[in-house]
Amino acid sequence: MKHYVIIGNGVAAAGCIEGIRSIDRETPVTVVSEERHAVYCRPLISYYLEGKTDPARMAYRGADFYERMGADVRYGRKAVRIDPEGKEVLLDDGTALPYSALCIAAGSSPFVPPFRGLETVQNRCSFMTLDDALLLERMIAPESRVLIVGAGLIGLKCAEGLSGRVAEITVCDLADRVLSSILDAECAAMMQAHLEQHGIRFFLKDSADRFDGQTAYMKSGAEVTFDVLVLAVGVRANTSLLKEIGGEVNRGILTDEQMRTSVPDIYAAGDCTEGMDRSIGQRRVLAILPNAYMQGHAAGVSMAGGQERFDKAIPMNSIGFFGLHAMTAGAYEGEMYEEKTAHSLKRLFTKDGLLKGFILIGCDERAGIYTSMIREQTPLSSVDFELLRKAATTAAFPASERRKKFGGVV
Amino acid sequence: MRGNKLMKRVYVNEAWCLGCHLCEYNCAFANSGLSDMALALKGKPIYPRIHIEEAGKICYAVSCRHCEDPMCVRSCIAAALSKKDGVVCIDRDRCVSCYTCVLVCPYGALAPGASGVMQKCELCLENSCGAPACVAGCPNRAIVYEERGEVQ
Repeated sequence: MKHYVIIGNGVAAAGCIEGIRSIDRETPVTVVSEERHAVYCRPLISYYLEGKTDPARMAYRGADFYERMGADVRYGRKAVRIDPEGKEVLLDDGTALPYSALCIAAGSSPFVPPFRGLETVQNRCSFMTLDDALLLERMIAPESRVLIVGAGLIGLKCAEGLSGRVAEITVCDLADRVLSSILDAECAAMMQAHLEQHGIRFFLKDSADRFDGQTAYMKSGAEVTFDVLVLAVGVRANTSLLKEIGGEVNRGILTDEQMRTSVPDIYAAGDCTEGMDRSIGQRRVLAILPNAYMQGHAAGVSMAGGQERFDKAIPMNSIGFFGLHAMTAGAYEGEMYEEKTAHSLKRLFTKDGLLKGFILIGCDERAGIYTSMIREQTPLSSVDFELLRKAATTAAFPASERRKKFGGVV
Repeated sequence: MRGNKLMKRVYVNEAWCLGCHLCEYNCAFANSGLSDMALALKGKPIYPRIHIEEAGKICYAVSCRHCEDPMCVRSCIAAALSKKDGVVCIDRDRCVSCYTCVLVCPYGALAPGASGVMQKCELCLENSCGAPACVAGCPNRAIVYEERGEVQ
């Protein structure tokens, strides 16, 4: 009997359910959800701390979503093993879920390095899930001093969310700059200065050597005392279920453009996968929400026998702190065009006649026009790039292209 | 009947656009919730959901294309954007101003309003006009509201 199973209940899973149902209204769908929450907007957990949203508004879909979609969710259950021969997913309560097509949308998990003395820290958490945010909220008080290990997207959004709710926020990172995965040195320095103006204190090129209760002994010799510790060092794709049965895995689960893994009838989507980065032509983990939804949707359509490809993926991020936004996309290679003011920085990278990447800080207007050029690999020879590099405008595209964009259905 | 109705959209003919920017004012007024245009707009910065692109002799109006497969909807981290009956809508109460939609829209059709929350063209279906004010007020009929293809 046909039966779809999805491991995970995040945005990729929601995309998968909607992808399946765009083709197949009948076949039962079972979702294995470790978290005891209906699918929610995971990136909003820092906005929750900030008071910009609440759990009701964080729901990714309406209250009747699973019912409407005919999906049965097993909350609080964990998939422990896949039996690819018997085509079953085994859960931690002993249940075996038979599948005709399976999607692994298991996301990623916080990576916690083996810090000495970590177990002596009473108030500590990661910052990945709604439950993490709720726990963190319970642990803090207006007089709390918070130490965040990790100056990446997660650690810094956490810092922003906590700002104004605690007395002191310190962020440390082994890297020499903030947001090292998306910003180059100069852009990072600009963002760091802005964060410092809002009271965030940094220890860069430094990390905790060991913890003892409420003290972090830093590698540099410094000591940081804190009341609450947030571990935001990094994440690892949850690949083990597929790896254990011999499926192809690198840093994430490998899939083709229809999100098929190397194991028959098993698909994968979202943060647990490794996708092709079109801007560099190489595979990498592209753990961002838009990809999670689109990969999930493509997987769902494929599982139900339809045709949908997930391609043209590029890394891209839009992230703001205290009113200063940074937008980044693609790869920072080739020739750089730069515009700089006291409050903004724009860097466009071109190579082989293509726009390859950009960093825009404080100058984000219509940035999607640039993003689409990277994604679509628009030849610079076909546009007025002189005009475009000053401001993102579709007026720089040929008239025929403009007629198509604004005079037709897109 | 839903499912086979043609979808009306705003289309532009740049050959007829005068670059007068009236559409921007009519848009801002239509979405102001006020009944007096002077009271709504005079002496204030305006945040229209349509804008004129200008370069040399080229000028034309740009607003949301209500794409068949909208990147903004798929990318919204707050599920504030959705497509209902062919119209890409924004629930401004859910928007957290992360600007991801600005990062992905290939037309530059989303921008923050006065409060910093994103806004976009919803074809004046959400305000008291009921049909696009930019079209109604375009002196040279460069902007039209009609059916050209997509089935709802």
